[in-house]
Amino acid sequence: MKVTEKEVSYVADLANLELSAEERNRMVRDLNSILGYVESLNELDTSDVAAMAQVSDRYGVDQSKKGSERFAYASRDDVHEGLRKSFPREVALANAPDTDGTFFEVPKVIER
Amino acid sequence: MNLTGLTIDSARSAVAERKTTATALAENFFAKIASDDPKIGAYLMLSKERALAKAADIDRLAEKGEPLPPLAGVPVGIKDVLVTKGVRSTAGSKILGNYVPPYTGTAVARLEAAGAVVLGKLNCDEFAMGSSNENSAFHPVHNPRDLTRVPGGSSGGSAAAVAADMAVATLGTDTGGSIRQPASFCGVVGLKPTYGRVSRYGLIAFASSLDHIGPLTKTVQDTAIMLRTIAGRDPMDATSADVPVPDYAAEIDRPIQGLKVGIAKEYFGEGLESETRSAVEAAIQRLASLGCEIVDVSLPHTKYAIPAYYLVATAEASSNLARFDGVRYGFRAKGAGSLSEMYRRSREQGFGSEVKRRIMLGTYALSAGYYDAYYLKAQRVRTLLTRDFEEAFTKVDAIVGPTCPTPAFKLGEKVDDPLAMYLADIYTVTANLAGIPGISIPVGANKDGLPIGMQIFGKHFAEAMILRVAYAYEKAA
Repeated sequence: MKVTEKEVSYVADLANLELSAEERNRMVRDLNSILGYVESLNELDTSDVAAMAQVSDRYGVDQSKKGSERFAYASRDDVHEGLRKSFPREVALANAPDTDGTFFEVPKVIER
Repeated sequence: MNLTGLTIDSARSAVAERKTTATALAENFFAKIASDDPKIGAYLMLSKERALAKAADIDRLAEKGEPLPPLAGVPVGIKDVLVTKGVRSTAGSKILGNYVPPYTGTAVARLEAAGAVVLGKLNCDEFAMGSSNENSAFHPVHNPRDLTRVPGGSSGGSAAAVAADMAVATLGTDTGGSIRQPASFCGVVGLKPTYGRVSRYGLIAFASSLDHIGPLTKTVQDTAIMLRTIAGRDPMDATSADVPVPDYAAEIDRPIQGLKVGIAKEYFGEGLESETRSAVEAAIQRLASLGCEIVDVSLPHTKYAIPAYYLVATAEASSNLARFDGVRYGFRAKGAGSLSEMYRRSREQGFGSEVKRRIMLGTYALSAGYYDAYYLKAQRVRTLLTRDFEEAFTKVDAIVGPTCPTPAFKLGEKVDDPLAMYLADIYTVTANLAGIPGISIPVGANKDGLPIGMQIFGKHFAEAMILRVAYAYEKAA
């Protein structure tokens, strides 16, 4: 077993998930089964292989450029020309579970 | 005239030549959905009022004899992970059960601008996570070819609606095979374009570097027409590519003699069911008889595709799905005493089990101490898998193989075994990691009448070529 119940609880905390005891047990089983399977990746020596985060690395990118310059071709026009217009407040709030009409409302964050 | 059996061109011509009206077309489709969808479950909601208003606009143009747009009056369905202004968009999840988007995604907007009539939103696995459509928070979809079987996933509703004549064409999304696999299971055509070919603006994100939008249709020509309509640079998606969009349908009939078609032995190994193998091999023989040169190629890292995919996809998903916190939109759990308790309970009650499993796996793969071993390792293997294709495409124009190792499986067969379910994507995930285009076309059926699909891959932006190969096969078959 690679992943223990304690680790599952820790990861659930990181992910803001509150798992039931039954879900936790099932998660220990499933994560171990999947992680056991992905173990096969270690058969490959990748020490000299670059990581690929996105497909556009493989086309359209000027390899001679560095850092964010490489992806300048993908800059958004609307950001170039200043921020685009926001939704009116009532549209932005229309799907909110709780609002006072001006702000999103949430349970108290700081106790005093 | 059987209005619900029409293709895009025949539907548009029928409206343009006044043999029918866009309104009659839409009404016929709604009647078909009312009678047949209760046993299939492809639609999550219908946008009847909006569809009939749009159809009436088209009919007014036709009456005046004005030129009609390319998809005038064509009834389409949209996978529910694509947002539609004013029409509930749930991503198949309870956490977005009441979400009514304030904007429409680019691909849908382009279809509507071209005259298409949106009938409604199609069922799918929750957040497009699944290979059977059984992870929908609302109800499963039944395969129209055999109601005891799954339609595939995650775009199960999109494939089933086309197969059952409940839409002329649909939009789906494909993160690891979610267009091609259901197209194969339901016996329709499904295309995953090149990454960047179609804007993702308005797609509720699962894994941003792997998500693609594409069409599902009855014919290859219809797929070509749909792709031309939705493709092209969009300032709202920084990853949409500034590459010209050809008239795919106009080029589709060009001969395929002399094209080199690659066969990778890794796609014909263990696990491939014998009837599927025979059907695909027969289809390859057909391509040879049409003048293609069949060439053996190797994609040596194929067996590492599923492990690499499930690490990259879940890592991106854990990040993308962090936005569902019950604050600005979506479900909020009642009775939480603190903000963090509200977050946790809303996500616990709002997400289904497969979504939680993937968030957990992705969070684990990104967490301190495991990042290099899992996420970074998977990204390096992604490079190797992409190089496999790049090397093969120095020798061949296209690569063909089965879309799936088996035809549609039974509902319930794999729900308790996530790993078995993931393996249904074994021939499809690599194209998402590499970002190359792939199309699945029907190439026959097994002895029980279940459809079998063949997949054709091309280089980045080689959609015109794979559509030509698919069309030549379809015409000859």
